[in-house]
Amino acid sequence: MPSFVSYLIHTLFPPSVRLPDILLIDVGLVFGIIGIVVFLTKTGRWGSLWRDWLTTVDHKKIAVMYLIAALLMLFRGGVDALMIRAQLAAPGAHFMPASQYDEVFTTHGTIMIFFMAMPFIFALFNAVVPLMIGARDVAFPRLNAMSYWLFAMGAALFNVSFIIGGSPNAGWTAYPPYTGLAYNPGPGENYYFLALLIAGLGTTMTGINFLVTTIRMRAPGMTLMKMPMFVWSTMVTSALILFAFPPLTVALAMSLFDRLFGSSFFTLAHGGMPMMYVNLFWLFGHPEVYILVIPLFGVFSEVVATYSRKALFGYPLMVVSILAIMFLSYGTWVHHFFTMGAGPGVNAFFGLSTMLIAIPTGVKIFNWIFTMWGGRIQMTTAMLYQLAFIPTFVIGGATGVLLAVVPADYQFHNSYFLIAHFHNVIIGGTVFGLLSALYYWWPKMFGMKLNERQGRWAFWLFFIGFWVTFTPQYFLGLKGMTRRIYTYPAGFGWHQLNVISTVGALIMGAAFVVLVYNIVWSLRFGERDLTGDPWDGRTLEWALPSPVPEYNFARIPVVHERDAWWAMKQRGQSLAGSLRAEDVHDVEMPKNTPIPFLIGVSFFVMGFGMTFKWWPIAIIGFIGVILCLLFSGFDYDDHHHLKADVIRNTEASLGRLQG
Amino acid sequence: MSMPLAEEHEVQHLPVEFADEKESIKITGFWMFLVTDVLIFGSLFSTYAVYRGAVAQGPSANQLFQMGPVMLETLLLLTSSFTIGLGIYAMRKGNVKALMGWMLVTILLGAGFVGTEIHDFVSFAAIGATWHTSAFLSAFDILVGTHGAHVTFGIFWAVTLLFQLKKRGITAQTARKVFTYSLYWHFLDIVWIFIYTFVYLNGKIV
Repeated sequence: MPSFVSYLIHTLFPPSVRLPDILLIDVGLVFGIIGIVVFLTKTGRWGSLWRDWLTTVDHKKIAVMYLIAALLMLFRGGVDALMIRAQLAAPGAHFMPASQYDEVFTTHGTIMIFFMAMPFIFALFNAVVPLMIGARDVAFPRLNAMSYWLFAMGAALFNVSFIIGGSPNAGWTAYPPYTGLAYNPGPGENYYFLALLIAGLGTTMTGINFLVTTIRMRAPGMTLMKMPMFVWSTMVTSALILFAFPPLTVALAMSLFDRLFGSSFFTLAHGGMPMMYVNLFWLFGHPEVYILVIPLFGVFSEVVATYSRKALFGYPLMVVSILAIMFLSYGTWVHHFFTMGAGPGVNAFFGLSTMLIAIPTGVKIFNWIFTMWGGRIQMTTAMLYQLAFIPTFVIGGATGVLLAVVPADYQFHNSYFLIAHFHNVIIGGTVFGLLSALYYWWPKMFGMKLNERQGRWAFWLFFIGFWVTFTPQYFLGLKGMTRRIYTYPAGFGWHQLNVISTVGALIMGAAFVVLVYNIVWSLRFGERDLTGDPWDGRTLEWALPSPVPEYNFARIPVVHERDAWWAMKQRGQSLAGSLRAEDVHDVEMPKNTPIPFLIGVSFFVMGFGMTFKWWPIAIIGFIGVILCLLFSGFDYDDHHHLKADVIRNTEASLGRLQG
Repeated sequence: MSMPLAEEHEVQHLPVEFADEKESIKITGFWMFLVTDVLIFGSLFSTYAVYRGAVAQGPSANQLFQMGPVMLETLLLLTSSFTIGLGIYAMRKGNVKALMGWMLVTILLGAGFVGTEIHDFVSFAAIGATWHTSAFLSAFDILVGTHGAHVTFGIFWAVTLLFQLKKRGITAQTARKVFTYSLYWHFLDIVWIFIYTFVYLNGKIV
């Protein structure tokens, strides 16, 4: 028995997770969990937690859960970033041991991409896409809940690695042979592969769900060319997910099998080829960067039109360019490893295809500028992020073209120039867009505005912090500093630039604190949105009250124009006070179900068991998954009818019923 | 002035699973799922193509493959694709008994396929040709194994459908489930044709 206990302690808490900072966080976590349990019990909210959140299939609530998860992960990834910057601030520093540094840059990248940006984007999809297309829910509400719980459990599994067993440490791309069992024996990489497989399953389901939603669930009259740009970007993103995630799944599964079951996909001794992994990974990875940015192109198209009080300039061209980006994004993956040496022909092809993407992107930039041209621009926080995005993304895109020049890339490859470039596009494009969307749609999601004054503070801190952080990194790259470097000696001329970069990171950290303060303050004191249309919006979600009732639309509207709600307002039509009681009928709504949550938990158990090769636990999780599938297969009682009277009462209380 | 409103409940004359809007949307969703599965197999096929020559110290495709069992598997699976087609034909006629009968035949043929395949894999393992031996065998095992796992899952799926058909007969929901199952089964059949051609036949020639 004692040997079993010591085995457990040795496996679950190896020296790599017995560092003072981690122990401190362990204590904090224990107290945090006790605090949450006590709070829920004292206020009697366990039932409400189960009924309203854990078993919900309502897209609007799932959006809130995605958003909370994304903000938590933004915090975690941000702390990782600050730790990296602290370590690099001085030459020869030992802020943390080298092994922990490897873990921190790995988790920073993985969390920011898979567990912050992706769920944040899905929060936006869930929050507004059904409302924009005049639908009562997504195509598959239960699948949608399952997507969320698979993501959440994948994220939980990934984060557990921090305190139990040790984090993955082979970079966010997890190339072999760094991940090979021979060189990396701990459970860290198992966590990485399993967490991403589980979350990736959920993401694939989200892709299917929103593709079908946008294809099949649009209100009558909303033809493809009358869809709001954000719906277009959702459709294109979902298609990208559909085509990008399977190669990732295959690459992750092969790496996992190499580690757990002794296959020889990437082990050189038996003829395996690590470059095969790299190809499969970037076959996913390059479309992935467009999965990350195209939704935000959609957001900017909505934001710029609303706050310029003008229709989006060049809508058909916007659609064409977004589709062009979608197709081109599959022909560029080799530019992540020009130095593999595939030969001048291959490299020239992929260099050119990469540069080609700049054309449709440039078209979009011009269209946003022309939308503002002659408009009555309102300088809201959401619009500030839009205005910051344009120059930032242009510069990030331009340095991307520099990287696409193959001979030059042999110099830039894996240097800080690359780091600066992709942060420039991912923060400048994705994160600015996400924050813009947060301020734009917050009233629709929560029924109150975020305070604009505090929002502007957060914006300026974030914007300035961003440039202070990443401008020096371009120069560090040109001076030869490579990525993932643990430390450097004095005398290379890297010190001052690194100090500036660290100061910038601290400013961005301050911006996050202001953002959280802004959210918390606004939830209590924010200006309530009573009209449902605080920005004088153009698309259908603003036709509804804020927050939106469970059934979304009492009656599904007919769409005739592109900016449907704007056109209705121009004609003096509205939903408010105009609905006749006899027009309201019973509505079929999906029923809450615990299955998505339970299937997520089962996957978590299975993943945890597999991470440590504890097969009995893995099998228990697997049986749980099977039972959930069986139960839902035989469950035909999946919807209920919301009575017309209930809807009439709700609409009347909102002042939207005639008479 | 009030907003223009859409008509709810439109009636169409289509097979039950398509006439019901909700079920028809689920069929669209299933096609999207098949897209992801095509890409899974596409990735596995490309890995196999790259690794075909990476035999290390293990046997090559030509030395390893036995065409006898593979022919049997092909025959069983192609026939099962035909029988599930007959099942759908019976379903359209509203004949639940014939549908269940053809599904049962399909399940048995599928089980015969999986049994033969497992026998094949076990005999490979007996001569030491496991996926540890070489990258070629890893790629072969994961490609053919993923297909076999799909067929196995399909068999269990069909069994649960039989219970549902027995209890509920042919409704919009059960008809949609059987129809998507038949799509899945035909898809596996097509994948097998590619495996047969590019893995087995090609392996014997090259």
